[in-house]
Amino acid sequence: MRVSYNWLQEYIDCELPPAELADLLTMAGLEVEGIEEVGSALKGVVVAQISSIAPHPQADRLSLCRVMVGKEAYPIVCGARNMKEGDKVALALVGAELPEGLKIKKAQIRGERSEGMMCSEAELGLSSNADVIMILPLDAPVGTPVADFFKVRDHILEITLTPNRGDCLSMIGVAREVAALTGARFHPPTPQLREGDDRIEDTVRVSVLDPDLCPRYSARFITGVQIGPSPFWLRTKLERAGVRSINNVVDVTNYVMLEYGQPLHAFDFDLLEGGEIVVKRAAEGETFVTLDEVERALDKDTLMICDAVRPVAIAGVMGGLNSEIRDNTSRVLLESAYFSPNGTRRTSKALSLQTESSYRFERGIDPEGVLDAALQATALITQLAGGEVAQGTIDCYPTPIPRAEINLRLSKVIAVLGMTLEREEVHGILKRLHMEVKDNKGEEWVVSPPAYRGDITREIDLIEEIGRLTGYDRIPVQTPKMWVLPLRKNRLEKMEKRAKDALAGLGFSEVITYSFIPPQALEALRLPSKDPRLHPLALLNPLAEGQSVMRTTLLPGLLDTARYNLSYNNTDLKIFESREVYHTQKKEKLPQERRSLAGLAMGRVAGEGWNVPPQEMDFYYVKGCVEQLLAELRVPAPTFTHSEGISYLHPSNGAVVTVDGVAVGTVGELHPAVAEASELPPGVLVFEIDLPTLAERFWREVTFTPLPRFPSVDRDVAVVVDEGTSAEELREIIQGVDNTCIEMVEVFDCYRGDPIPSGRKGLAFRIRYRSGERTLTDEEVNDFHQEVLKQLHTVPALTIR
Amino acid sequence: MADSFEQALQAVRESALAKLAQASTEEEANQIRIEVLGRKGNLTLLLRGVRELTPDQRRRAGEQANTVKQELEERIEEALVRLHDEAKERVLAQERLDITLPGTRLPRGSLHPITQVMAQMVDIFTTMGFQVAEGPQVELDYYNFEALNIPRDHPARDMHDTFYFSDEVLLRTHTSPVQIRVMESQRPPVQIIAPGPAYRRDSDISHTPMFHQVEGLLVDEGISFAHLKGVLTFFVHEMFGEGTPLRFRPSFFPFTEPSAEVDIGCVMCQGEGCRVCGGTGWLEILGSGMVDPEVFRIVGYDPEEVTGFAFGMGIERIAMLKYGINDIRLFFANDLRFLRQF
Repeated sequence: MRVSYNWLQEYIDCELPPAELADLLTMAGLEVEGIEEVGSALKGVVVAQISSIAPHPQADRLSLCRVMVGKEAYPIVCGARNMKEGDKVALALVGAELPEGLKIKKAQIRGERSEGMMCSEAELGLSSNADVIMILPLDAPVGTPVADFFKVRDHILEITLTPNRGDCLSMIGVAREVAALTGARFHPPTPQLREGDDRIEDTVRVSVLDPDLCPRYSARFITGVQIGPSPFWLRTKLERAGVRSINNVVDVTNYVMLEYGQPLHAFDFDLLEGGEIVVKRAAEGETFVTLDEVERALDKDTLMICDAVRPVAIAGVMGGLNSEIRDNTSRVLLESAYFSPNGTRRTSKALSLQTESSYRFERGIDPEGVLDAALQATALITQLAGGEVAQGTIDCYPTPIPRAEINLRLSKVIAVLGMTLEREEVHGILKRLHMEVKDNKGEEWVVSPPAYRGDITREIDLIEEIGRLTGYDRIPVQTPKMWVLPLRKNRLEKMEKRAKDALAGLGFSEVITYSFIPPQALEALRLPSKDPRLHPLALLNPLAEGQSVMRTTLLPGLLDTARYNLSYNNTDLKIFESREVYHTQKKEKLPQERRSLAGLAMGRVAGEGWNVPPQEMDFYYVKGCVEQLLAELRVPAPTFTHSEGISYLHPSNGAVVTVDGVAVGTVGELHPAVAEASELPPGVLVFEIDLPTLAERFWREVTFTPLPRFPSVDRDVAVVVDEGTSAEELREIIQGVDNTCIEMVEVFDCYRGDPIPSGRKGLAFRIRYRSGERTLTDEEVNDFHQEVLKQLHTVPALTIR
Repeated sequence: MADSFEQALQAVRESALAKLAQASTEEEANQIRIEVLGRKGNLTLLLRGVRELTPDQRRRAGEQANTVKQELEERIEEALVRLHDEAKERVLAQERLDITLPGTRLPRGSLHPITQVMAQMVDIFTTMGFQVAEGPQVELDYYNFEALNIPRDHPARDMHDTFYFSDEVLLRTHTSPVQIRVMESQRPPVQIIAPGPAYRRDSDISHTPMFHQVEGLLVDEGISFAHLKGVLTFFVHEMFGEGTPLRFRPSFFPFTEPSAEVDIGCVMCQGEGCRVCGGTGWLEILGSGMVDPEVFRIVGYDPEEVTGFAFGMGIERIAMLKYGINDIRLFFANDLRFLRQF
């Protein structure tokens, strides 16, 4: 809310300069987000009087004015026509700088000297009116700076109010708050009104059919008004509050809303059929055209203001086009009502229409201030638009909203705030907040908050007010006693931490991508139609199509990240993500959220330089990363089998990772078709590791293996086999030889080409023999090795080289 | 005769020593050894001449010759060692590297700044005795709103632009629903923090539709607002430094009362006022308050028996302040040039 510092001064005697006032409010929970200084650029603009006007000899549309400031006379060439001799005007003297940055200089206009400029409101930054120069009241003292005369120099405090403080959505509300905080005198306006002889009931009838949505409805009736523009002071106040000026009657309703926080509506009474107001729910499916010329569909919970035959306003939200104030309106029906906060909010939400009015009703206005605001508005209308006020007010308020009665204990105040407070101090705060302290015995009270504080209904609400007015800075800083409770860190978290650290150590950068993805990203993975990952949980109201379903796999986010980085020429990538994926569950409202770990690598191996030749990452590189990762996680050695049937992996270069017979992940090259669909080049490598399964099945702490006491002997064996025979098969055969002295078997060479015929490959293994009991002799090792060779010969088409 | 022998011996000695002093390689030193001490070396030949002397002379000459021989052997040996070392040094000096060439590049990975800052925050709170708790991100309206005292038509829902899956199921807009789930599942004392993602329908330079929070909850007998100030002051001092000023400002959250927002002295300008803090010298970093009795009632705790406080803060916000990051969207663009800085 925009709060004018000058305007605020009308209700309180507060000496605080704007910045200090802003601090005070902020520290009391009315957060001032900024202070805007307005009207300060009007230096060198003074009140002056036109002594003579003569036609410009060279130009029909210009005139030569002589403008006096005291005894000084200034020649001014002027293009406006709305002034006459004797008028008081705002004269910008040579050297003045106007809000739009215009600097006033001596000038020759069509051969005539001009030493200044008579300003329009727009040129002074006071309004958007640029058509005519501004004529000041005749009593304006000549020579006075215009800024002082209009009090245009002002500070606008931009206050962000929390939803509970509807009472501060008004100048009076903020003034009251400042008074409570500072002890300054608070003096709300006391409007005076002369009523005519005709009674309002003789012409106007009001009936409220749905009092649950409209507990109170009051009306005033004014006849013979003259619709016209508002005076300058009113337009300035409205514009500075961010409200557009319309005409005097409508402006008054808005002004009083800003002043009292009570939204008002003015109807052209002659457009109300039957001279009647009926407040009732709309019929389902009914439509209505609001002031902004939009046709709106209503439902049966929309409260409408109707005349005898049709709706004329959506209660508390916006008036109708069919009954608005026109230029020739002469009879005005002024509505001042209390509409239910929840009802107004529901309607405002349903129509996606939030107005200054609905915003206030939603937050709860003062049910006891309805008539005061109507009185002020009526008085102002007659003052500005003339007319006669009918006698009396219609006030439908069948069941007055009761004020809360709250028991307050000093002991509870002290316990919650954690500070000592005297009963007098607490009592004083309650009084400053205009609370009625009914029962005042010892250290307990019965407290009734004022009607505008609908947010205060419980003891804790009072305690908050006491803390707020005392100042949170007065509450001491204390360390609580804490219990020693077991840490809840589970295996998955521990394993995830190990995995992340391991991957970072391997040169992978962790990424965090959005949990929602475009559905097309899943389709791009070529998953079979039955795959549950193709059936994600969809948002009803996504921000964008690209963020409309919850991810069922981390791959789309990684592919997207790779694409983004490629576009910035980050071509060598190693990234991973460890986050939740979401799977819908039958018979469960909430999906399963499962931690998933996936990585992506493409481009060259880091390390290329003047002494290291470039090397492209390939399947074996990423397989190595996965092996290293699993080793860091302390899980048993994995095995890798061809990944037939994993749609998004290359049909030849993909593997399923298995630990102790349990599939725990995949690794391989992305299927070229998937890469293409994801706008990535071929050769993208990916892996996925199922951390929850690893944590559940294979979590273990490190256990130490004693160091060997006897030396080992290495023997190599080189074989030639058919391409179809895998290295792993042969390794398993060697490892499977019944000999506890085979400590390790590893492939150290793989060779194709001359002299090995095509369709075959050469493999070389290193076998390490060691006994835990003695040093092996050459003869023993030879025997062991012979047995290994013998077993290898069982492989079809195997030859030893 | 004997005198001439002695002269000859001295001549051999001096010539050998002079040559040795000139020798610059092991080969030269070895050559000297052969020339003097070898089978045909001049000292060897001189010694053969001893036979022609009288026994007395022979004995004396033998002693003299042996002394010289011993000396020369030692000196030659010394020279050899010295020349050998010098030769090695010369070779090493020739191996001199251009040490300004870049070192071999090793892979360097990184943890996401959110992960790092979250871990730091969790550390601070677990040190105090808080336990880590978790809850689902796809949440029921009940836990995200209703049980936190935010009924369907409450204006406070405006503060949360919510992603929905159905009337009842949504993406949590804060980590606060974890409070409810924990309190439903255990009796006091409760001392938990809940880090994790949250989601709001909002996207601009200071908002992303997904972000991260750390939630905290402490419920026990006799917990007061003063304790809230104590715990959060400790946190701020650990996170931003001992001298960081902080202030507690009244605010409103439906599930806490009294509620407070916490500002810290601007870390960019040290409170002088700058663009980051909007000239105020203060930066808002978290929301907090005493748990509303209504929330206790909903989870079945007796607000006359226990009190508590809760707080929630944005991890991105803290990370931005800590690292001086100016655009929240950088966290989720995952540009490698960004990630690698952490």
